[in-house]
Amino acid sequence: MPDTPNTYRRGPDERGHFGIFGGRYVAETLMPLILDLEKAYNEAKADPAFQNELKYLAKHYAGRPSPLYHASRLTKHLGGAKVYFKREELNHTGSHKINNVLGQVLLAKRMGKTRVIAETGAGQHGVATATACALFDIPCVVFMGATDVDRQAPNVARMHMLGAEVRPVKAGAATLKDAMNEALRDWVATCETTFYCIGTVAGPHPYPEMVRDFQCVIGDETRAQMHEAEGRLPDTLVACIGGGSNAMGLFHPFLDDPGVRIVGVEAAGHGLETGQHAASLTGGRPGVLHGNLTYLLQDDEGQITEAHSISAGLDYPGIGPEHSWLKEQGRVEYVSATDDEALAAFQVLCKLEGIIPALESAHALAHVLKLAPTLPKDNLLVMNLSGRGDKDVPQVAARLGMKA
Amino acid sequence: MSRIEKRFAQLKADKRAGLVAYISAGDPDAPLGYQILKGLPAAGADLIELGMPFTDPMADGPSVQLAGQRALKAGITVDATFDMVRRFRKEVDNDTPILLMGYYNLVYQRGAERFCKEAAEAGVDGFILVDLPPEEAGALKPHAEANGIDTVLLTAPTTDDKRLPAVLKYAAGFVYFVSVLGTTGTKSATEEAVRTHVSRIKSHTKLPVAVGFGIKTPEQAAAVARHADAAVVGSAIVDQVKAALDGNGKPKPDLVAGLLAFVKSLAEGVRSVKKA
Repeated sequence: MPDTPNTYRRGPDERGHFGIFGGRYVAETLMPLILDLEKAYNEAKADPAFQNELKYLAKHYAGRPSPLYHASRLTKHLGGAKVYFKREELNHTGSHKINNVLGQVLLAKRMGKTRVIAETGAGQHGVATATACALFDIPCVVFMGATDVDRQAPNVARMHMLGAEVRPVKAGAATLKDAMNEALRDWVATCETTFYCIGTVAGPHPYPEMVRDFQCVIGDETRAQMHEAEGRLPDTLVACIGGGSNAMGLFHPFLDDPGVRIVGVEAAGHGLETGQHAASLTGGRPGVLHGNLTYLLQDDEGQITEAHSISAGLDYPGIGPEHSWLKEQGRVEYVSATDDEALAAFQVLCKLEGIIPALESAHALAHVLKLAPTLPKDNLLVMNLSGRGDKDVPQVAARLGMKA
Repeated sequence: MSRIEKRFAQLKADKRAGLVAYISAGDPDAPLGYQILKGLPAAGADLIELGMPFTDPMADGPSVQLAGQRALKAGITVDATFDMVRRFRKEVDNDTPILLMGYYNLVYQRGAERFCKEAAEAGVDGFILVDLPPEEAGALKPHAEANGIDTVLLTAPTTDDKRLPAVLKYAAGFVYFVSVLGTTGTKSATEEAVRTHVSRIKSHTKLPVAVGFGIKTPEQAAAVARHADAAVVGSAIVDQVKAALDGNGKPKPDLVAGLLAFVKSLAEGVRSVKKA
């Protein structure tokens, strides 16, 4: 890979690498299955029937396109950039996760798989997967850290209502990383019949590429909608990053537009200096976990350290490999926001715009609150409002001392 | 001739299969872990797999997960693991092959070149890295070769005849057949399935074939020994550690003796089978 590629959108290579990142670091038992998946995905991608079915579902079932909304009160309040929200929280199931899940579950059906498993942190991916599995009548098992089962109770109830089995995982800190370990352990035992629906742009190749492709609808729509609204490209893009799928979906279609400044916001938890955070790119270094080589939070030996974030969806010690590559290329800026900053931003949005955001998206907003006032009024800023906050209402109410 | 090659040649001359015993390095703590390691050859282990504890052992079932957690809690590091091997070579023997088993990140963080050099100096003979398939093994292989370390590759029931040659191209020492779909220590394969897969693998390679996953009793070890060159037992051995800890996690006095007696019974199972 040359130092300055003439496109940032060509990756990964045929072995799933983005520079040194990505790859397929999985047990041999899974390797043949992952190669099958890659082949099936490439065939589906090129099949107009598959693409048309996905487009139909995206429009009539998930409610796409999601609006690009000019947040005029927030813009006025901040006194800088003109702030737009890409309203992914209005999608069916309440987040961007449905974009990816509809694609993967369609692919599972096409491959003749009879069972779907997923890992989930905040429960948004779990709910989306349970939803698609109900729609397509496929049994669904969702692995979720026991800590997250407690702090995202509304989503657990939703998954149950949708007919999915939720398996609480008690290992480690009982969060997203542990859920992914357990999902991989299930998959290795059931891979001949089971499709593993990964929720973010991470894991072994082809997942980072496939999930990105399914999420690129966010950026593609934004491009067209901004053209309609303002007659030009946006100047600034901001999105939160756990594994990084909502961010990749927004960013990827703009990577080759040098005038577009792109900012990813990681979760800084109690603060980067405390060591209790989930900012893999800012506070970690490259390593191998969950099937890919990417930035990880780890000790000197390579033991993975526990992440911390108030947001269950960002509480993960790794990140998608393409983000690691974009960081090293310098194409995307990666910053972070703390638990407290996210909570403050959460309240700002409720009061100024009448929108209750997911705690994940509140991290992106926390950065917008800092960045927008420093930018000129003609700077068009798009923030991905990736999820709605219904699931966070009990947790935030408790934290703020309100009666739920 | 490497220690692994020599050991399999000897097993062949003795007309029997071998027992590969897995323990987690430093489980339940460094002193007891070393006592166990030290006693394995006399208990009948022909090769030793020493697990490098890792926080996220995705391919392991509950038994090996817990063993690794006990070792991590006891502060076992990569250096501590190398030290145990070094001491074993000095105090116990210079013939029993020792393979490090674990996950690639610990190797990657140290750097493949340095890791291979230090492992070889300590007296390690091979690596079994669960999450390093042949597709990614290129970064490690030349350094392992340069230091005389065999990269033992895994094959699984899902590794079909088309894929086998590509896997075997990178294999050295012996081939480790993962006999079931699943994590360590959960399901067990039927003897017929073991027979079919071992003969299939042997039609592609001259390397010895060891079979592991789900072998828990001397009888199961004997059944595998009828068809394979070695039987690997891990979860059932580390379960002996767990069984010998009291309610507070303190080791009972007979922990080492009890575990080694169990290994001896497995070795007797393997040795009960006379081969042509």
